Amino acid sequence: MAYEMQFQPVLNYAPDLIDGTVTTLVLASQSIALGVILGGLGAIGRTEGPSWLSIAISTYVEVFRNTPLLVQLFLVFFALPMIGLQVPVMVAAVLAMALNLGAYATEIIRAGIVAIPKAQIEAGLSLGLSRFQIIRHIIFIPALMIIYPALTSQLTLTLLGTSIASAISAAELSSAASVIESKTFRSLETYITIALIYISLTFMFRFLYWIIGKILFHRKVVTSKNVVEDPLLTGAGA
Amino acid sequence: MIQTFSWDHVIFLLRGATWTLSLSIISFLVGGAVALLLAPLRVLGPSPVRASISGYVQIVQATPLLIVVFLAFYGLSFLNIHLPPLFAAGISLSIYSSAFLIEIWRGCIQAIGRPQWEAGDALALSLVQQLRYIILPQAFRIAIPPTVGFMVQVVKNTSVVALIGFVELTRAGQLLNNITFQPFAVFLTVAAIYFCVCFPLSLTSKYLSWRINVAHR
Amino acid sequence: MSPIVELKRISKSYGAVKVFEGISLSVKPGEVVAVIGRSGSGKSTMLRCINGLERIQGGEIHVAGHCIKPETKNLQELRLDVGMVFQSYALFPHLTVRENITLAPRVVKKLRSEEADAVAASVLKSVGLIEKIDAYPDSLSGGQQQRVAIARALAMKPKVMLFDEVTSALDPELTGEVLKVMEELAAAGMTMILVTHEMRFAENIADTTVFMHKGKIWEEGASNELFTNPKTPELRGFIQA
Repeated sequence: MAYEMQFQPVLNYAPDLIDGTVTTLVLASQSIALGVILGGLGAIGRTEGPSWLSIAISTYVEVFRNTPLLVQLFLVFFALPMIGLQVPVMVAAVLAMALNLGAYATEIIRAGIVAIPKAQIEAGLSLGLSRFQIIRHIIFIPALMIIYPALTSQLTLTLLGTSIASAISAAELSSAASVIESKTFRSLETYITIALIYISLTFMFRFLYWIIGKILFHRKVVTSKNVVEDPLLTGAGA
Repeated sequence: MIQTFSWDHVIFLLRGATWTLSLSIISFLVGGAVALLLAPLRVLGPSPVRASISGYVQIVQATPLLIVVFLAFYGLSFLNIHLPPLFAAGISLSIYSSAFLIEIWRGCIQAIGRPQWEAGDALALSLVQQLRYIILPQAFRIAIPPTVGFMVQVVKNTSVVALIGFVELTRAGQLLNNITFQPFAVFLTVAAIYFCVCFPLSLTSKYLSWRINVAHR
Repeated sequence: MSPIVELKRISKSYGAVKVFEGISLSVKPGEVVAVIGRSGSGKSTMLRCINGLERIQGGEIHVAGHCIKPETKNLQELRLDVGMVFQSYALFPHLTVRENITLAPRVVKKLRSEEADAVAASVLKSVGLIEKIDAYPDSLSGGQQQRVAIARALAMKPKVMLFDEVTSALDPELTGEVLKVMEELAAAGMTMILVTHEMRFAENIADTTVFMHKGKIWEEGASNELFTNPKTPELRGFIQA
């Protein structure tokens, strides 16, 4: 009963912990980059595209938002080889995570585009700006500001979601945990250590988003969970 | 022996799905009960209480659900409590749900503007009376759509306990995949079952929030 | 006659920002006092101090036998005797008109629901809205909502009523009905303190008018005198604007 916590055996596997952390970071950053691009394209396709495209995109969004990431991962990993696409573990993981994030990001970014008042766009049109110029100069930053809290929360969920990739033996942090645990038999200490690493990573990413927000918006950014409405919009021109 | 994916296997998956639903309901109810207590305290409690609840939420939301599941699983055996995986699964999913529900409901309480509190003050209502008669009934109303939306996350989150060997829908799919080698058929069926549960919830949430927005005009 | 409301050198600040300092004011029972001034002059804040919605940093306030000091915590007894009406009406949107009015009498004064209903009917009649007793606030016009808010405050049988720019959020054609209710209330002998932009109402109905400027009571006097014969250039400028 008198169990004594010992972290030393776990820390002896520091190299595995570091490797796992690096893989997690690679996985997360690739998925985030790909997922956000996908989301941007999806959002523009949904708002600007022809109706067949809009319907196709919303089907994609609903399917991916209403099924678990783990099942999506299994489908990509086990099913793609069946149609002759042999994909390495890491590629399968990034693909599944990016598709998942892309679905959420599409919805979030679309909400940002829709939230820009029509008068802003009309003002741009009446000043003779092109469609692209309007997106670039009038819509982009204010829309990004509106969605920034929601989007960054979603990115945090993607970072944490990479742990699921251990299910297909991607050698990330959670896999490292099961390896270390099976060698040291210090399960609780192992998972506490791993949890602490994830928590630090999450706070690091949040700090990074905060810095990026500062640079992009030149002002204090609200990082609450709730989608921010008018207050940010009204200050958008400043 | 390799089997072909058949109707019997669908029944097997559906039986797994009943565990998915049970786990979802348990973790929503338990997590919801915890959040119901903590969300008002998160807004109105004395500052050490508010800080600890906020810390709890921050830490849970910065830890992967999978790790919370493992911690509950091994943490319990560390305390020399040997319970079936159902308990580890239920506890970890409840913890996770509670953290998110605290945040959602906190937002709903804070969305009720200060004039409502002040009107209660001016009518000599006590803090508890203001909460009970003025703030919570209104917060409850706006909390319904995001809460229903969050149920989708609860259902999907249960899939993670497949990785500690709990045979719910996803784990059932994994087992079938191992004997049929028909991942497309198996996992598409699994995904379809999740979708049939989650999509109606998503639509309901969307409809409810649309209705609230219309009513507010 | 001894005053029913008395502010004794009260001061208020938010951190380093002083809203006002050393304000004294005395209101007799049945008196109607209008407080006018530019936005930012501290007039609404002063009003909100009188029922403790804002904490004061110095001085003391006496209201109907209660006393507020900077350290006063328990304000419930005081608030039972002071009714307040807000610019934004602040009706409870999830309750009907009747429930809005009977809530505090029932849960604070512990009236039985028949008694509370009787009170609701009588105050609603006095503001001319008895037919709306079972309506929800969002089905009423702004003017009607504000009249319900007045009725809700009256249902507590307050000794003093505070009005915080109660017509400012209303369309111009709806202010009349609210002002009429307030005028009747004044005629019935209610002690009233109102922060307002309605100069004509202040001049005609208020016994006393207080002009606040830069966190001070700049000028104070009988309303007809003050409006026809302003002494300070600031008040003159304000009235002409």
